[in-house]
Amino acid sequence: MANPNLSSLDIVIAVTGLKTGDNPQPGVPVIRSIRNAGFTGKIVGFVYDAMESGIYAPDLVDMVFQMPYPSSGAEVFLSRLDYILKHTRIDVIIPTLDAEVIIYIRLANELKQRGIHTYLPTESNFHLRDKTKLAGFFPDKGISVPETVLLTEFSQLTDLEKKIPYPLIIKGRFYEAYKAENQSEAHKYYRDIEQRWGLPLIAQKIIAGDEFNVVAIGDGMGGAIGLVPQRKLVITDKGKGFGGVVVSNPALDEFAKNIISALKWRGPCELEIIKGFDNTLYLIEINPRFPAWVRLAEGAGQNQPAATVLLAMGHQVEPLPDYKAGTLFIRHAEDIISDISLMGEVTALGEVYYHKGNDKNEQ
Amino acid sequence: MNTEQIKGLAISDNGFIFDPTTGYSYNTNELGFLILKMLKDNHSKEAIIQNILDEYDISEDRLSLDFDHYIMQLTALNLIED
Repeated sequence: MANPNLSSLDIVIAVTGLKTGDNPQPGVPVIRSIRNAGFTGKIVGFVYDAMESGIYAPDLVDMVFQMPYPSSGAEVFLSRLDYILKHTRIDVIIPTLDAEVIIYIRLANELKQRGIHTYLPTESNFHLRDKTKLAGFFPDKGISVPETVLLTEFSQLTDLEKKIPYPLIIKGRFYEAYKAENQSEAHKYYRDIEQRWGLPLIAQKIIAGDEFNVVAIGDGMGGAIGLVPQRKLVITDKGKGFGGVVVSNPALDEFAKNIISALKWRGPCELEIIKGFDNTLYLIEINPRFPAWVRLAEGAGQNQPAATVLLAMGHQVEPLPDYKAGTLFIRHAEDIISDISLMGEVTALGEVYYHKGNDKNEQ
Repeated sequence: MNTEQIKGLAISDNGFIFDPTTGYSYNTNELGFLILKMLKDNHSKEAIIQNILDEYDISEDRLSLDFDHYIMQLTALNLIED
């Protein structure tokens, strides 16, 4: 029941998703939490483009490497990784972006052969949390999910109202969700989302109530190593939580634990849950990675990113301490001053070395 | 009147109230703070009203009406149940 201390850990950790700003990725807060656990080893940032702001943050990462997009395929990904491994050892990778998690799951063996550890779910468990699968898998396990219709054809919108009354939510499989007040709006959102993200889409009943988010680490056997629930206090026009407070609600904790148990989830995740005004808890979404607000967990007493590093390395980790309700986060954006040449290094070379040559982990 | 929910509130001396089960927060004035503290300590309406009458220059009828109105607000916020 103690927080991990990484001060004696002599490894190299790679973290993805270094963009902050209006749609922040979780990489920067994950790194901050790892550093706050006393980790003094090397941290490598994996980025997809030169505009990921964490590249330019002073004292955040020791090296940066540009990675190919997940859609490039396994061969390109492994080829890039092998190039990187010629420049630095990597012991642990923590992927933090939805679209890339699956490639790290599928390549677990290839990563292991290269001495790289991750702490992620199995592929089948990963797919069970797909938005299109929630309504089919969880209700039988006693976990309520809002009434859902899977949309694979435009014609389904014609009599959709018979199944779910308007207003309802039209969601993409991966991203975007809109409230449709009527059939005409449903038509519009269907076409918009289909064009961007493809089919299937999801029509879901709107649940009036309070929304909560939970960050957790599953142990892969049905248990949770850590779990911190929050209520968003500040929400941007893009729906991003820029402020929140840790809540303490035993029923909510139990509900979250039941989800992790039903999935036998292994690794970090974020649960989106609504407590309806009828006092029923509904599972809305499961994101297969840490959320961008994960430092709130550390602030509330659970350093979940640090625990994930140890778990990836195969260490036994006791359940993290109880969280402190009332812990608050407010996101604060500041400008980083840098030089255009640094951007040039990323765009031209795809790599940046801040501390090369004098690092104890250098090969 | 069920005041169980109030017992779980974090009430600061400056009148800031945090409900850890929902994440909602509220502000109340000096009198609202006093009433909440007394409700939290299981005092009856009569005892609370008498306490306020001892401290403030207000008629009992007016205070009773204001008290009932305050309780209605707390009920609407799901902080107490009828």
